[in-house]
Amino acid sequence: MSDHNVFVTESTVAGDDAGPLADRTIAIKDNMSTEGVRTTCGSAMLADYVPPYNATVVDRVLDAGATIVGKANMDEFAMGGTTETSAFGPTENPAAPGHVPGGSSGGSAAAVAAGDADLALGSDTGGSVRNPAAFCGVVGIKPTYGLVSRYGIVAYANSLEQVGPLATTVEDAALLLDVIAGPDDHDATTHDRAADSEYAAAADGDVDGLSIGVITDLIEGADDDVVETFEASLDELESQGAEITEVSLDSLEHAVQAYYVIAMSEASSNLARFDGVRYGPEGDREGNWNDSFAAVREEGFGPEVKRRILLGTYALSAGYHDKYYKKAQDARAWVKQDFDEAFEEVDVLASPTMPVTPPALGESLDDPLQLYLMDANTVPVNLANLPAISVPAGDVDGLPVGLQLIGPKFGEETIIRAASAVEE
Amino acid sequence: MTAQAVEPTEHAVVIGLEVHVQLETSTKIFCGCSTTADDDEEPNSRTCPVCLGLPGALPVLNEGAVEAAVKIGKALEADIPERTTFHRKNYYYPDLPKNFQLTQYDAPICQQGSLEISVEGTRRAIGITRAHLEEDPGSLQHKGGSIDTADATLINYNRAGTPLVEIVTEPDFRSPQETRAFLAKLEGVLEYLGVFDSTRDGSLRVDANISLVDSEAVDDDGSIDDDALADANRTEVKNISSHKGAEKALAYEVTRQKNAVRRGRGVETETRHWDESRGITVSMRSKESEADYRYFREADLPPLEVSHWKEEIPIPELPDARRERFESEYGLGSEAASKLTSTKSVADFFESVAESFDADLAATWVADNLLGELNYRDMEITDVEGRLEEFTRLIELVDAEELTVKNAEEIVLREMLDEGEAPETIVDREGLGKADEGEIEGFVTEAIEENPDAVEDFHNGEDGALNFLVGQVMQKSQGSADPGSVNELLRAELAE
Ligand SMILES: [Zn+2]
Repeated sequence: MSDHNVFVTESTVAGDDAGPLADRTIAIKDNMSTEGVRTTCGSAMLADYVPPYNATVVDRVLDAGATIVGKANMDEFAMGGTTETSAFGPTENPAAPGHVPGGSSGGSAAAVAAGDADLALGSDTGGSVRNPAAFCGVVGIKPTYGLVSRYGIVAYANSLEQVGPLATTVEDAALLLDVIAGPDDHDATTHDRAADSEYAAAADGDVDGLSIGVITDLIEGADDDVVETFEASLDELESQGAEITEVSLDSLEHAVQAYYVIAMSEASSNLARFDGVRYGPEGDREGNWNDSFAAVREEGFGPEVKRRILLGTYALSAGYHDKYYKKAQDARAWVKQDFDEAFEEVDVLASPTMPVTPPALGESLDDPLQLYLMDANTVPVNLANLPAISVPAGDVDGLPVGLQLIGPKFGEETIIRAASAVEE
Repeated sequence: MTAQAVEPTEHAVVIGLEVHVQLETSTKIFCGCSTTADDDEEPNSRTCPVCLGLPGALPVLNEGAVEAAVKIGKALEADIPERTTFHRKNYYYPDLPKNFQLTQYDAPICQQGSLEISVEGTRRAIGITRAHLEEDPGSLQHKGGSIDTADATLINYNRAGTPLVEIVTEPDFRSPQETRAFLAKLEGVLEYLGVFDSTRDGSLRVDANISLVDSEAVDDDGSIDDDALADANRTEVKNISSHKGAEKALAYEVTRQKNAVRRGRGVETETRHWDESRGITVSMRSKESEADYRYFREADLPPLEVSHWKEEIPIPELPDARRERFESEYGLGSEAASKLTSTKSVADFFESVAESFDADLAATWVADNLLGELNYRDMEITDVEGRLEEFTRLIELVDAEELTVKNAEEIVLREMLDEGEAPETIVDREGLGKADEGEIEGFVTEAIEENPDAVEDFHNGEDGALNFLVGQVMQKSQGSADPGSVNELLRAELAE
């Protein structure tokens, strides 16, 4: 294994002998339940938690013949974009040593970039697959909400997140998506749509006649170097027959605020169960059980997790609910509507995946707001439940830049096809 | 409130109920675990990742629970919305596996219904504000003390995820007696629907809100001035588990509140705990502030379209309709018909008896004899549910004149209930089988020979003499002879 602190736990779990992923190794983000293998979520709170069951996606990759090589590092409870909030230390970007790998699925992207695993599973709540894919120079897909089962994924913000594949090529990522997509009796939000998907076959590089709308609102905040690299990749697509136009989505200026209010609100509830009764650091504590819950949570959660729980609790509280949570839901509906209208005009939408290149390790930790704004290009996709892919577009002084292609609901084939054209 | 001498005022009692009912589904509301506890089950054995709230587990709605709730909605003549959704009610409590409870908030499965009750011959409709589905928490066991003083508290999640329906009424009750009538009626209706089992421990849990208002604020039709109600201090009484308990707890609370007002102390808004064994309510900590549950919609459960369910899900004949049918079909009086239809098992039993016997005989035996004796023993029909066949055989013995009515009522039925024996066993042991005719003829001859004076009186036309002789024969037969035929036999013998 490489030396970038990719895994929280290295552990080999062999899958079936045959199947579409036979002979492939895979890294599993450490928020996905693995029976008998500890699942920490990058948190001291779950440092000793060993699930008694497998997440559906874990069962599916094992059934497809893949061999799990380890549980990949991540931002604590998937809260972060650099994998620096992990209680198990930061992961280094193998494609840009000294820099962060992105996050929150930083370990998953780094595993693929370093060659520690052929494939990886990440989860994407506000960009957590696409962001590290872009920063590590690999491919990552965030599927349509409901395409992939979330059963067994430790929830951060359950109305927003999806499990997504990471790989070095679009075709491999699509192949992994074929394996994990499809309805699951354990997840009532899954659809029948993907039961017979053939995503890998869609990676045929044919973009002739495809219309691509560049989201101008997501260019404005991006670094100039990043925009140049992004535009070069669009020129390449245009030369292959794609039509490039510009679209503007007014609602997107509210997307980051709306995203954080919703994600933090849901997180405040999803993480409530970690109260020391069954999880968390042990110890004899004074006071009644509320005091004990508070003490465990003070000890077991890192500062970013506490920040989000507190803000989320506030946003849902009586008197503030309408001002924050409800307003964020309204903004979310508006974002969805804007995307729907845009897809009446174009087949896919495009933007730089990240507005910046990967920061140096330790550079961004002190400024949460700056970190939140780094998510501006990825969170609208989660708010609108849409599919998106990040594919390497080139680099700025050796630092990877990703191209994000967004499709309409269940438009995975289209974005996979378009992304595969970028690779050639 | 200002402290000044107040004129003694008449107070009206205002009560509203929140009734938690465990639904009879085979599996829990959001997972596949069974709802039925084995007698000797280990704590936390009837669980899975979902009802344990393990990280990553997701709820999947048991449509059987929704179906049961729709049936309840139809029976309560409630509105069933187009679509129903679930919310999270967030609060920290160790019996909650996730530290939030999945419940319904702004789109409950039943809205705006009513249920008619009858108290002392007066019928009144009680408004139902809403009824919603939710999951039951686990249960706590405090070791070595109460909730505040225990050395340790053990948590058992076997109950967690049992489907509940919470039925919330309008503040329409004007007496504790009415709450009892309502709850008994509601239990009856739920049992008719087949969604509820009153014999299950903890299957009915009631919280009651009770306040006193100036009786001037109550209109003739029973409606109450909203401001008066809002101003009144209110206690919430928890831990009521039966319709009888509700009447007792609230009667206690009415007296307590009236005394408090009379002594000038006023009623404090607080939560009180009904202590069934002591027959009193005790104050729990007063609410410092209104709890903030931070409700928001559960994204893991997509909205469920239920508008067409109301038409598609049939419900059986309910107590009121059945009462009317009993009156017309069997010619029963309204009191007997009410008694016979209040619980489904009684009504079913009556109908099975009425199939083989005369309806009047069936009504007398079921409504008067059986229910009367059960009531005397503080028993319910459900306590003898498995023995209804035995009671049918008892009626058969009477109908075939193998047992006298008197012996059947006064000896056999009572011993059946007290000793739990079959009717034939009691008849044999007590020698109550009707004597055969030859034996009775022998008793008649004996009675005539032993009482020459009475025979003479009879021949002299004294009416009482024959009755005396009948009595003698009955005594000899230990009640097993039929007085009518003894009478006939004596007349024939004396005429010779
Ligand atoms: Zn379960």
